Amino acid sequence: MKLKKYGPGDIIFEVFLIIFMVIFLAVTLYPIINTLALSFNDGFDALVHKVHFIPHSPTLDNYKAVFAKEGYRFGAVNTVLRTLFGTLISLVVNAILAYVISRKRFLFKKSFSLFWVITMYVNGGLIPTYITFQKLHLINNFLVYIIPGAVSAFNMLVIRNYMNGIPESLEESAQIDGAGYFKIFYSIISPLCKPVYATIALFVAVYQWNAWFDAMLYNKMRDNLTVLQYELMKQLQTAMKSAGSVEGLKNGGTTITPNSIRAAATILTMLPIICIYPFLQRYFVTGLTIGGVKE
Amino acid sequence: MASNTIKPEDLQAHKKVKFLDEAKRQPFLLISSALLLIYGIIFYYIPVIGWITAFQDYKPAKGFFGSQWIGLEKFKKLFENKTFYLAFRNTLAMGVINLVFHFVTAIAFALLLNEVRIFIAKKFIQTVSYMPHFLSWIIVTAIVREVLSADGIVNEFLMNVCGNETAIDFFAVKGYFWWIVAFTNVWKETGWNAIIYLAAITAIDPSLYEAADMDGASRFQKMWYITLPSLRPTIMILLLINIGNVLNAGFELQYILGNDVISDVSKILDVFILDWGISQFDFSLGTAAGIFKSVIALILVCLGNFIAKKTGDERLF
Repeated sequence: MKLKKYGPGDIIFEVFLIIFMVIFLAVTLYPIINTLALSFNDGFDALVHKVHFIPHSPTLDNYKAVFAKEGYRFGAVNTVLRTLFGTLISLVVNAILAYVISRKRFLFKKSFSLFWVITMYVNGGLIPTYITFQKLHLINNFLVYIIPGAVSAFNMLVIRNYMNGIPESLEESAQIDGAGYFKIFYSIISPLCKPVYATIALFVAVYQWNAWFDAMLYNKMRDNLTVLQYELMKQLQTAMKSAGSVEGLKNGGTTITPNSIRAAATILTMLPIICIYPFLQRYFVTGLTIGGVKE
Repeated sequence: MASNTIKPEDLQAHKKVKFLDEAKRQPFLLISSALLLIYGIIFYYIPVIGWITAFQDYKPAKGFFGSQWIGLEKFKKLFENKTFYLAFRNTLAMGVINLVFHFVTAIAFALLLNEVRIFIAKKFIQTVSYMPHFLSWIIVTAIVREVLSADGIVNEFLMNVCGNETAIDFFAVKGYFWWIVAFTNVWKETGWNAIIYLAAITAIDPSLYEAADMDGASRFQKMWYITLPSLRPTIMILLLINIGNVLNAGFELQYILGNDVISDVSKILDVFILDWGISQFDFSLGTAAGIFKSVIALILVCLGNFIAKKTGDERLF
């Protein structure tokens, strides 16, 4: 019975599948491996010899050069701070908002939901937002990384959808015991919502870690408010303008190029995420399935 | 007798009492919603009021109230601007190409990955496939530039395997740019976009496959005639959600890799707004372009919702 299931068509299909997946893996992984190899390779040497998977002339100087740059040091501090505080604040605020909106007896349930859903489809756009932030003194201010994006209707809806699935009887029995709405939120609903909280925390943390546009737009004048991705972007622009140029390094005979520093900075910036995300897979899979199909 | 009938004003009073009673029981909900309302007004609604700057000759020193009203003059200036047309065309073109590629690749990848029978291999491929989604667009832009550079892997492949004489300068030919953007999006997001389809596939009734086995269907036939049609509702709803997103064609690739040679095809609305609004300090023109983009996006969202209502029971909002 089992043998009969595989006809010649199935074998062709199987071969095609294997070839496709191998090409897929190669195309996805090669650029990362290549960047890794370049980051450990002497900058000038990479201009002469082709580097693919393994460094041709190994060195740690590119990494030393990255750490020596003040911009990357400030950037690393700010990126870590905005990721930590931005994620924490955003999670708390979105959870409270989702909780309020998902309460059946909340007096303004309908109008307040609509108020937030509208924000998903209508926004002021770049310039009016810039002017508003200017008026609020959020320009040249670290808080611009955390406060404006804290509440997001999309993230709120994901949490709300999850909360809607929690039986109402839990809330009612707590109310009979005399618990107020805050107590119910804190000690009954939130512990049950841990998986969706983890999902949203992951989404926000990745967003915060990778953000750079706000640093360029609002905090360009302040070098000490820069973030890692913005430094990387500037390094990329330098590398594009001066392709092939060589900066001598004072100690030792090795050389670094804008491109080789960029490779090292890229690896350092992507490292935390690449190390963490494989362990959080189940959270983003559930998050997407409850968030993607609304109502 | 008359006292037994309920008067409308009594009902009103009763409602009021009930309302106040309920309000007393939910101080936490009311206070936190009030604070969130203020936050929402400041960060989401006031910027929309800022749209009025498009109808003024806005000077930052004079503010909203001191600036001179000029009606639709900025919009006229906008529609007379050739770069604006190009930016709109490019945004739309890249958005549509991205949308089509997004769906075709995500669905195809989900279908094929579902056919991988070895659990460990499937898990490994899927884990790798998500990875680019978590990389920032800056990193991805750097990677694209490296891969497509004169001594990058693509040119090496073309020269050694396909026999090209010289390296192609991918960022100096107008015809390539949209496709570079499309393929980059495919590289970054295919695995991520496939997640929702893979989840939907697990919900398909296994008895359908068993019945197909009885009839002697091949694996490809099962994939084509059972799995794919089962995904139709998911595909429809995601397609309609994403129609509203067509004008968000990305930013970093166009902003960083766009250069003077290919700016006719690489400039998008967001870069146009940034150029005029922030670099040239014409806040009003930038706002006008922003309004144009928002209105078109809103029309697309409503269109998506309308089609969803017409075709079936799926609704977006």
